[in-house]
Amino acid sequence: MTPGGHTPSVAVWKFASCDGCQLSILDCEEELLALATTVRMAHFTEMSSAEVEGPYDLSLVEGSITTAADAARIREVRQASRRLVTIGACATAGGIQGLRNFAAAGQYAGTVYAHPEYLVSLETSTPIADHVAVDFELHGCPVDRRQLLEVITAFVAGRRPAVPGHSVCQQCKERGNVCVLVAHGTPCLGPVTRTGCGALCPAVGRGCFGCFGPAATTNTAALSAGLVAEGSSPLDVARLFRTFNAGAPAFRDEADARGGAVPVSLRTQTRQGGRR
Amino acid sequence: MGHDDVVVIDDVGLDGLIGALREAGFEPAGPVVRDGAIVPGAIRGVGDLPRGWHDRQAPGHYRLVHSDDRRYFAWAVGPASWKAAVFPPVQEVWRAWERDGALVVSEPPVAGAPMAVIGARPCELAALAVLDGVLGRPPVADPGYETRRERAFLVVVDCAEPGGSCFCTSMGTGPAAADGFDLALTELDDEAGHRFLVRAGTDRGARVLSALATRPATDAELGAREDLLERARAAMGRSLDTDDLPGLLARNLEHPRWDEVAARCLACGNCTSVCPTCFCSDVRDTTDVTGEVRRTRTWASCFDLDHSYLHGNAVRSSTRARYRQWMTHKLSTWWDQFGMSGCVGCGRCITWCPVGIDLTEEAAAIRASDGTFGPGSTAAGAPTGSARVAP
Repeated sequence: MTPGGHTPSVAVWKFASCDGCQLSILDCEEELLALATTVRMAHFTEMSSAEVEGPYDLSLVEGSITTAADAARIREVRQASRRLVTIGACATAGGIQGLRNFAAAGQYAGTVYAHPEYLVSLETSTPIADHVAVDFELHGCPVDRRQLLEVITAFVAGRRPAVPGHSVCQQCKERGNVCVLVAHGTPCLGPVTRTGCGALCPAVGRGCFGCFGPAATTNTAALSAGLVAEGSSPLDVARLFRTFNAGAPAFRDEADARGGAVPVSLRTQTRQGGRR
Repeated sequence: MGHDDVVVIDDVGLDGLIGALREAGFEPAGPVVRDGAIVPGAIRGVGDLPRGWHDRQAPGHYRLVHSDDRRYFAWAVGPASWKAAVFPPVQEVWRAWERDGALVVSEPPVAGAPMAVIGARPCELAALAVLDGVLGRPPVADPGYETRRERAFLVVVDCAEPGGSCFCTSMGTGPAAADGFDLALTELDDEAGHRFLVRAGTDRGARVLSALATRPATDAELGAREDLLERARAAMGRSLDTDDLPGLLARNLEHPRWDEVAARCLACGNCTSVCPTCFCSDVRDTTDVTGEVRRTRTWASCFDLDHSYLHGNAVRSSTRARYRQWMTHKLSTWWDQFGMSGCVGCGRCITWCPVGIDLTEEAAAIRASDGTFGPGSTAAGAPTGSARVAP
């Protein structure tokens, strides 16, 4: 309950996405019962088919806008929501499906689907904030369940969420991870990526994939120059930036600067004789 | 046995020392090889120490190589200092909850047994002394820090193999251990065999040492130590001209070099995380789903945008402002604030910067065109230092 005694209602909405972010709520196993008594889940189809009509105190929105119908639906969601929080790379940056923004119209659909003529979709995948006002953006692919709980509990308590904007590097050092970039020469996006995942990949010797998108301040050009100096090709570097958060401005512009506007994945497929 | 007596043990004796400290209730910790670096870790005996390992360090670069060298301490410091042992990266300050209408507040005790550090380096002891001046300073001493610090037993080892980023001789913190230790070792390996010279720095160090089988050091062995230290002084990978360094930086706050370094700086905060003296922390209160409140203190970095957030805005919004804040604090304003240098010359910020920014090079570049860029001056038309992109 909020300090005022009212149990806030929460609605979870899906747009173009894989459901992984909203499943992070169900992943809060230990806290789930307490959460269920703190807020009223009014609309959450991954959990229950029961639906309560709006308005809702808090809407958690997953997914990007890829159809005209969804572009209209997000406005309805906004109207029915006191607070609207976007969760995940799709909702905050357009997601992996945002790669089509860098290709010619229909290029991806023609590569992936046998009968693209059955598809009805927009030519772009865009973040929610391009369409409606957003009160808070929670990044990640998927979002971190602890951060998601923090956002919900901060909302209930009426305080700002404690979600830092600094780099993954600082979490690596907190954990005692040895830097894979400096000690192994492994390309890593950690220095320009927002913390939140717990520095998962460097903890197992992998470079950061940038799942949480750009940190609050970034210098992607200097990191790219360093990676190229260590032996990565500009195309390799462009590919690093062009994944789940390809549409986030800092990553988008850096990939453009290193690899041009053609989507790296399509170009590779074509070069390798992939299906057209 | 007095503090000034130098005695000799072999590696069986060192193993015995580690065992004796464990028997005395300490948790032995020391350098271990993990994930391609030498880092602090729990040790059971000399078998866990990085025998035969050497490091290759340069700006933004670190690699370990192994040889049949019998020595345990033939390397320079790795990424993690002993700072985390006395000033943990994440600390719960207190938690509070409501019970029967009343607020219950609980402070966690300082966790764990006292630690015995085997194989700290002289620059690391110097760093602890710097932290003492910040976190252990009455009347605002940090009780958790003080407890961990006071009860830790410190065994330092003279530095024989400085790394490519080391400049402790410039900062007066090495390569010889001068003070701040319970026991100090010098590792020798020559025709007379592999052995350690041992000195006690405290009464409790002398007590632990007196229980071990030792023999007095010979004059030749004391001479060998001097030779070893002289070679180490000559092998520093970097140097920093400290002549009026605080004044130099204070009168060059508008030097164009700050713009050049900002163009390379990632503002990722690696330098502050690996620095053994960076002490900034962030204190946040959070609630959980049951309404329990928790106050947590975590390491913070002056390279974070949030770090300078004041009444609605970040005061140091540019990377230029943040890099300048960090470097001038380390080398200049630390003197004003704490009466000492904030830099001990360990070189970690150089090696572990992902793009290899080197503060000794930055300071040298500013010194090369000193004096024309004080507060109020304009950088327009001024000569610029040599630009350098990533290494």
